[in-house]
Amino acid sequence: MREANFLTLDGNEAVARVAFKLNEVIAIYPITPSSAMGEWADEWAANGQPNLWNTVPTVIEMQSEAGAAGAIHGALQAGSLTTTFTASQGLLLMIPNMYKIAGELTSTVFHVAARSLAAQGLSIYGDHSDVMATRTTGFALLSSGSVQEAHDFALIAQAAALETRVPFLHFFDGFRTSHEINKIDLLTEGDLRAMIDDTLVLQHRARALSPDRPVLRGTAQNPDVYFQARETVNPYYAACPDIVQEQMDRFAALTGREYKLFEYHGAPDATRVIVLMGSGDEAAHETVDYLMAQGEKVGVLKVRLYRPFDVERFAAALPASVESLAVLDRTKEPGSAGEPLYVDVVTALYETGHSNLTVVGGRYGLSSKEFTPAMIKAVFDNLAQSKPKRHFTIGINDDVSESSLTYDPSFSIESESVTRAVFYGLGSDGTVGANKNTIKIIGESTDNYAQGYFFYDSKKSGSITISYLRFGPNPIRSTYQITQANFIACHHVSFLERYDVLADAVSGGVFLLNAPYGPEAIWDRLPQPVQEAIIAKHLKFFVINGSKVARESGMGQHINTVMQVCFFAISGVLPKDEAIDAIKHSIEKTYRKKGEEIVAMNLAAVDRTLENLFEVSIPDHVTSQRGLTPPVVAGAPIFVQDVLGAMIARRGDSLAVSQLPVDGTYPTGTSQYEKRNLAEEIPVWESDICIQCGKCAMVCPHAVIRIKTYEEPALAGAPETFKATAARDTEWKGFQYTIQVAPEDCTGCGICVDICPVKSKSAANVKAINMRPQPPLREQERANWEFFTTLPELDRRLIKTTSIRQQQVQQPLFEFSGACLGCGETPYLKLLSQLFGDRSLIANATGCSSIYGGNLPTTPWAKNTEGRGPAWSNSLFEDNAEFGLGMRVALDKQTEYATELLKRMSSELGDDLVTALLTSEQKDEADIYDQRERVALLKDKLATSQNPEARLLLALADVLVKKDVWIVGGDGWAYDIGFGGLDHVLASGRNVNVLVMDTEVYSNTGGQMSKSTPRGAVAKFASGGKTAPKKDLGLIAMSYGSIYVARVAMGAKDEQTLRAFIEAEAFNGPSLIIAYSHCIAHGINMTTAMKNQKAAVDSGQWLLYRYNPDRVETGENPLILDSKAPKIPVKEYMEMENRFKMLSFSKPTVAKELATLAQQDVDQRWAMYEYLANREWQNRK
Amino acid sequence: MDISTTYLHKTLRSPLVVSANPLTEHIDNIKRMEDAGAGAVVLYSLFEEQLRQEQYNLHYHLTHGTESYAEALTYFPEPIHYHTTSDAYLEHIHKAKEAVSIPIIASLNGSTAGGWTKFAQNIEQAGADGLELNLYSVPTDPSLRPEEIEGGYLVTARIVKDAVKIPVAIKLSPFFTNVGYFAHQLDQLNVDALVLFNRFYQPDIDIETRDVYPNLILSTSHDLRLPLRWIAILHGRLKGDLAATSGIHTAEDVVKMIMVGANVTMMASALLRHGIDHLQLVEKNLRQWMEEHEYESVSQMRGSLSQQHSEDPSSFERAQYMRALTTFKMPTQSYSGEAFWGLPE
Repeated sequence: MREANFLTLDGNEAVARVAFKLNEVIAIYPITPSSAMGEWADEWAANGQPNLWNTVPTVIEMQSEAGAAGAIHGALQAGSLTTTFTASQGLLLMIPNMYKIAGELTSTVFHVAARSLAAQGLSIYGDHSDVMATRTTGFALLSSGSVQEAHDFALIAQAAALETRVPFLHFFDGFRTSHEINKIDLLTEGDLRAMIDDTLVLQHRARALSPDRPVLRGTAQNPDVYFQARETVNPYYAACPDIVQEQMDRFAALTGREYKLFEYHGAPDATRVIVLMGSGDEAAHETVDYLMAQGEKVGVLKVRLYRPFDVERFAAALPASVESLAVLDRTKEPGSAGEPLYVDVVTALYETGHSNLTVVGGRYGLSSKEFTPAMIKAVFDNLAQSKPKRHFTIGINDDVSESSLTYDPSFSIESESVTRAVFYGLGSDGTVGANKNTIKIIGESTDNYAQGYFFYDSKKSGSITISYLRFGPNPIRSTYQITQANFIACHHVSFLERYDVLADAVSGGVFLLNAPYGPEAIWDRLPQPVQEAIIAKHLKFFVINGSKVARESGMGQHINTVMQVCFFAISGVLPKDEAIDAIKHSIEKTYRKKGEEIVAMNLAAVDRTLENLFEVSIPDHVTSQRGLTPPVVAGAPIFVQDVLGAMIARRGDSLAVSQLPVDGTYPTGTSQYEKRNLAEEIPVWESDICIQCGKCAMVCPHAVIRIKTYEEPALAGAPETFKATAARDTEWKGFQYTIQVAPEDCTGCGICVDICPVKSKSAANVKAINMRPQPPLREQERANWEFFTTLPELDRRLIKTTSIRQQQVQQPLFEFSGACLGCGETPYLKLLSQLFGDRSLIANATGCSSIYGGNLPTTPWAKNTEGRGPAWSNSLFEDNAEFGLGMRVALDKQTEYATELLKRMSSELGDDLVTALLTSEQKDEADIYDQRERVALLKDKLATSQNPEARLLLALADVLVKKDVWIVGGDGWAYDIGFGGLDHVLASGRNVNVLVMDTEVYSNTGGQMSKSTPRGAVAKFASGGKTAPKKDLGLIAMSYGSIYVARVAMGAKDEQTLRAFIEAEAFNGPSLIIAYSHCIAHGINMTTAMKNQKAAVDSGQWLLYRYNPDRVETGENPLILDSKAPKIPVKEYMEMENRFKMLSFSKPTVAKELATLAQQDVDQRWAMYEYLANREWQNRK
Repeated sequence: MDISTTYLHKTLRSPLVVSANPLTEHIDNIKRMEDAGAGAVVLYSLFEEQLRQEQYNLHYHLTHGTESYAEALTYFPEPIHYHTTSDAYLEHIHKAKEAVSIPIIASLNGSTAGGWTKFAQNIEQAGADGLELNLYSVPTDPSLRPEEIEGGYLVTARIVKDAVKIPVAIKLSPFFTNVGYFAHQLDQLNVDALVLFNRFYQPDIDIETRDVYPNLILSTSHDLRLPLRWIAILHGRLKGDLAATSGIHTAEDVVKMIMVGANVTMMASALLRHGIDHLQLVEKNLRQWMEEHEYESVSQMRGSLSQQHSEDPSSFERAQYMRALTTFKMPTQSYSGEAFWGLPE
């Protein structure tokens, strides 16, 4: 018997380990949830790990999945073993090439972490919508349902692809399998060797294009032969199922793990059978076991090879006793006769003479919706009905189409032998990392099997994480979250007030709380529902001030080690001493390479933990009267309370279909209702020190620092602590001035304090704005904030927008986003919203900004008091420029038509009004105000007009007021995937404004290299440091001569940023602003990140300029260089950022070489721009 | 003429030793120092805080924001091996040893007995001929008793001394209530040399921005008085060697220090100001001076004017202070207060 080689890892790593070994070329592009496979491959390649043939695979990042697919096609044609990893929209972009690759009978395997497709909304979570969209490409579709299977099938797929010549798409469920950590038996190099036949590899090689034996492939064919040629491949597809089964059998002989194309599990005499594929197999498998033990005649048919669909094998796999089948699809095909798997099964049954069977189809698990034994039981129960429901849904409440099956959520089949633990952590506190480590310790140092699955919030800052851990003596198939936990840990005390943390605790379970209170004081601090649950469920309750222990051990906010020790100390999963030894061993192993100090502080934390862990004696009665905090503020709109509020409170699963918008349209201005209270400290304004420069408000990434200027009577009724002082600006003489912080929306990043330029005359450590503890200020400042919001906004016509101190009085229409603490992008969006938000349509590329801008529940895009504000939408990642251009073209056409109508109705409407409407330049706020007045008058007139065209004009009247189109996104979009479109849009001459928030990496997917990444930076897919220089997008755009281009960095020169935004908007043509956006992926101190921006500019790494084609008209050089000559070496800037410094840790020699080249880049760039900006310009007039 | 000397149990060709400074960051410079006649080179200092902070920073940036948001569970690829500053330092020792034949002395700068002292062993393994430990702290806690501070220094010195077999020199600050007592305490730990004295880089203040900022001012020959006095006092009373540092710029400075008892005289500011070849000039002038004054060897000169051998031992004590004051002459007009303050004359 082959000896097992156990390891605990997630599905992505399990697949990547095999794929890396079996390929020579790996072409990738980041997309969730598959990115990690490419990242592993890149890291292994960078570390020189060889493949099965003892050569290091080449890993190449492309500009898009379409590009990756093209590169794969080429590499395959040139005869290399080639693979890729992708998901969702990425897979869709590969489809054109997939037809080609399959049509040419080319052996390859694509590994797909299956994910939802963007429809009414985008989702990063798992289902089979993407895979189902490829089922006509000719790729074989092989489904794995667990981490072990994903690992195994990666090999079987490769072996089969080589033998069949049919390309394979191997897929597994995004997140559920790609991110689940499980203990698996690892394949050895010997296993791989035994399964991969080099003769087939050489045959693949021999089919390659070569000038030494030239052929023509990729012809254009005519009606005479295309059809016949398309049918030539049939024998290969016909042979494929047999070959796959043979490979599975060979695999079984090697490893002992048996797989079938259609794998039946259940009662031999089952009458009811569920058919499905993916991770749902596992939950169905264990539910069937449970129900069989109850005497039920049920079974599950797991579909492994979905394409080519072997109808005979399918029918043969069913027990002869079967009477009814439920075919479950993890996808939706609106308007179809049924979802794909269902339709295939019906066909198979019909064609094999089983048309007497009852077959129903149903949908489940879209976007990682839970699929539990309770739901599976309900599906079996449905089959037991005399007329089972067809085309049902399970897991939701569809009160619109009445499609949903009801189920009993309390039904559970969790085994007594399995320990189930749930951990509530605060993002980035180390909880998830600690739990991953715990799984490894238990999985690899005991005979137990272990499983970990993790939930993450959609917010990037201050988010909740939930870890679900199972341990037990048998392989764990429970592919769903834990609802019967015998251990619950809450790592942040504030969660007790927001979520029903103990809802999933079993009676007699253990509850561990990290709180800043001792065992005596803690009870009375608990909210009522928590006290009730502890008493009613007879929980054992432990408390530790883990944050203090961590802090005192030098761990900062990282409570990982502390809470991990607590878990082992009280859960009893392992003997305590043995567990502590294992943790210490793991610490040594994990942190040794990072240094003695890191090991020492973690070991110190271990030693300090136990003496600070206390069991709480439970009183017999409830003492608290405090309930859970409502998810949204009182008085919020009903939709916000009922729908968005449920999502915020983690009750979104209970929302019924009827409660959700039919077309994905949601109200804006909703983030104001979600008070997150993240900040331990908030800024406090010192009105007597402040010089009213407005910089603090300008840089605030979350728009929590607000400024208002108003007349004194407005102060009537102000709370006692409300601060106001005389406005210093000479144009606002007699006005009052207030800077107010939104205390419950502030994230506490401190960037405002860092930027504040003034210091108290008597104490240099006191600025005009200073961080102070939030809790004692919360009530007072909440009242002040509420009063502040009632103060009138200053008439926009009175604001000189070219001066920051005045401009910052404009109301932000982008507020309280879920972006990272200290985000470098959001201040630009906020500025845009202040200046032009009331007249802008925003096309937002997928990425960070589409997530903090548009990820449910709430949106930061807001409305002003007149109800105007940015209208926002996200199309795709790759098409954002085109999406925005479409908006512009539509607005222009509507304006043209409205103009025609106005002219036709001029005499009726009044020639003066029409002339004024059509000739207004709308160049400033006063003009726009006047135009709005005219449009209001026009609408009044139209409303009473009998002219049949009046109705048409009325619907278009608003376009007569200036409308901006802002096309916004990150560098991944603008430099890479969307560059072709962006280039076309810029060249179109249309009046669109493009804002590229340049973080120089794919920030949203975790810091992968883009073409904007500067030379010498370490990024994912550039582990060894990026060797090529950054693309100069601005210079490319300038080469047209007709595009307004600006490069800005708010932290270096805020006035220049402001000027660029104003000029870009005013330019009657395409404009491009490239904005330096510091990012958490730079490895910097986010509080002082504006200093990094300054250093980037001071070193010449980031040049500031404005290129305004309008200047040509006045005989001036269009390029104004706003940067001064570099005054610090670029090395000094690079040393401020871990992305550069890391390279000196990993590859010091390369780091030195690239730093030298980076300086040369700077020097050459400066010389070129200096020349361009100082050229004598001929007056062309 | 024999200008060789002994230091840290080694014979050096010259008493001119390069003390820790940024020039030693480059192997080429170290070669030039050897070529210019340096007796030994003390490498640039690795700071305790630097070792710690580097590890903390790297760890912080590799973990900050991770495992929090589903699409970006990490932000950086993790290398399988890190070449930290300390690795680079060890590599530097190794390269320096390969490049030159004069002794290479590594330098650690710290104040507490932390895990970093293990690093001393790594330095030894990398081939350093000696280790200079720079004990330096600025105690700002008024409740911290002097004996705690000095005790801490001694613990650190002992740990490092015990950890390695190569000679250990301790570089001290002059700010002890009794420098002699503390020197004796160290001597009892068998430290191999004392380096007198460390020059503190005192912060300065920018009155426009109201910021405090570090401001390095190179030494001048005036700065040698303090080590001169204490080397004179300590010479002949300790088992270990004495190295003079601070304010050594000329051959005359070297002569003075050797006369009061220094085994070696260390230079940094002079080289930063005049270049590495300045060593040649100083050696030339030293030889010339010795020839003119008929000295045969440096060892003949060493300690000839120490307190023990001084005609007037009290001249190194408080009485000298009084004498200095009473013989002080007002500076000439160009140094008058009015001129200095820019007032009308």
